[in-house]
Amino acid sequence: MTVKVKVENLNFYYGDFQALKNINIEIHENKITALIGPSGCGKSTFIKTIDRMYDLIEDTRADGHILFDEMDILKSDVDVVELRKRIGMVFQKPNPFPKSISENVLYAVKRHGDVNKVAFNEIVENSLRKASLWDEVKSKLHQSAFSLSGGQQQRLCIARTLATKPEVILMDEPTSALDPIATSKIEELLQELKKEYTVIIVTHSMQQAARISDYTGFFLNGELIEFGNTKDIFTNPKDKRTEDYITGRYG
Amino acid sequence: MTKKKYLFQEKLIEVVLVLFASISILTTIGIVFSLLFETMIFFSEVSIFEFFTSIRWAPVFDPPSFGVLPLITGTLLIAILSSLVSLPLGLGTAIFLSEFASSKVRKVIKPIIELLAGIPSIVYGFFALTFITPLLRSFLPNTDIFNALSASIAVGIMTLPMVASLSEDAMMSVPNSIRQGAYALGSTKLEVAIHVIVPAAFSGIASSFVLAISRAIGETMIVAIAAGQTPSMSLNPLGSIQTMTGFMVNMALGDIQQGSIEFKTVFAVGSVLFVITLIMNLFAKYVIAKNREVY
Ligand SMILES: Nc1ncnc2c1ncn2[C@@H]1O[C@H](COP(=O)(O)OP(=O)(O)OP(=O)(O)O)[C@@H](O)[C@H]1O
Ligand SMILES: [Mg+2]
Repeated sequence: MTVKVKVENLNFYYGDFQALKNINIEIHENKITALIGPSGCGKSTFIKTIDRMYDLIEDTRADGHILFDEMDILKSDVDVVELRKRIGMVFQKPNPFPKSISENVLYAVKRHGDVNKVAFNEIVENSLRKASLWDEVKSKLHQSAFSLSGGQQQRLCIARTLATKPEVILMDEPTSALDPIATSKIEELLQELKKEYTVIIVTHSMQQAARISDYTGFFLNGELIEFGNTKDIFTNPKDKRTEDYITGRYG
Repeated sequence: MTKKKYLFQEKLIEVVLVLFASISILTTIGIVFSLLFETMIFFSEVSIFEFFTSIRWAPVFDPPSFGVLPLITGTLLIAILSSLVSLPLGLGTAIFLSEFASSKVRKVIKPIIELLAGIPSIVYGFFALTFITPLLRSFLPNTDIFNALSASIAVGIMTLPMVASLSEDAMMSVPNSIRQGAYALGSTKLEVAIHVIVPAAFSGIASSFVLAISRAIGETMIVAIAAGQTPSMSLNPLGSIQTMTGFMVNMALGDIQQGSIEFKTVFAVGSVLFVITLIMNLFAKYVIAKNREVY
């Protein structure tokens, strides 16, 4: 099994506040890793370090190492624009651009590639198919993305990310704004996606983590308390705090 | 409070508010009416055909000539040249402030720009005449003392803060989640600004543009001081011109008789100005309505 992302002694600070404390974790290729933990424990912060999205927040700082293949993501000379093409991110609330459906999918391709127009149609179709949205939107590709339902918008955001051909996809509670049907669509989709991509997903739903992930990490107060096979974490947690959380004693 | 009393109060408030609203409506109607009334009298004495086709504007000469086209050309020249200053610089400033500047830098620059907007236009007028014009003449020696370019630059600087501030507001109101989505796809700041934020804020930006152009068309003091008093069809920015507003303020300052034909020209020119601004505003409304995004 290949390790895709290896995090070593990661500390993260918002100004003086330390939001992540000495995190060590290995993310395996073509697996789904779920991150769980109570609100404010640092899950979003953690995934923001992996694609350096924290650069956008003033007065933040990370130390330690995050090795992505061989490259240390935290090094200051890393080309973050290039990095974010290889590590995509899907957010909690669907955030399509105020453009047409096909323009949303093509946004990154048009910025980066020197792809020709013929390839555009192919990319749109492939990406939307992979995000299992194609059949629902193929007749209205030129309509505004805002005309879609929330669940469709979220799948569009996934398609938009897939179009950049990332290696890792980070998802921050991607289904928390969606109803059960839309949620199960995305969960099914994840099982397809992991064949090609490495997925890290933050979720507040223990059932979701148990259902879809191969590995689970439990965060508490900025620390990674326990990490391992999802089955082990949910059936046989080693740490008392993990057990308390998954049995619902943390609220 | 009884229900009846409550309802009465509600009604009273409504009536008072409607009254307030009607004051502004009535004022507008009054202005438009008096404008049109004098204009109709004007056109009973001067041929409307001559007014819109003759290319000579000399209402106080003997024989007079009433071709408004030179004044329109002058106005458009100022509007276009000043837009070349205010629109790109204003939009650039807005992009810088909303997408590039750190919050510290923004806190310093924004008030300075807003200060610029508070300077009375007469100050800009003298600034044009005593600073911009000599500067222009130092490297373009055949520039007239009174010239369209100098006034346009001043008008452009004056309307720049409006473009910058309104465009920035529009861009800042694009939700951060959309910005993050673009960054997460590997966009540079410039790409996010140009391909995501500007299109998303298009209606706000467009309305700031139209407002700036309308301000330029209606600007009086700067052009009266710096642009000259020579009604001319020439599009030479280095030459002296006259705008519609420039003519009107000129007439207002001179001793013209109420009811004289010179007096009525002011209203006729005013009507033309009114119609042009109205069309601009309607056009802006249309553009904005067509491009409005609701988040
Ligand atoms: N921009 C910020 N500035 C300062 N502190 C922040 C910022 N963002 C998050 N924090 C703090 O960092 C800690 C971790 O936040 P984070 O968003 O990573 O939590 P989370 O586990 O994702 O929570 P949730 O489940 O509610 O999304 C919290 O204490 C939070 O208050
Ligand atoms: Mg979070």
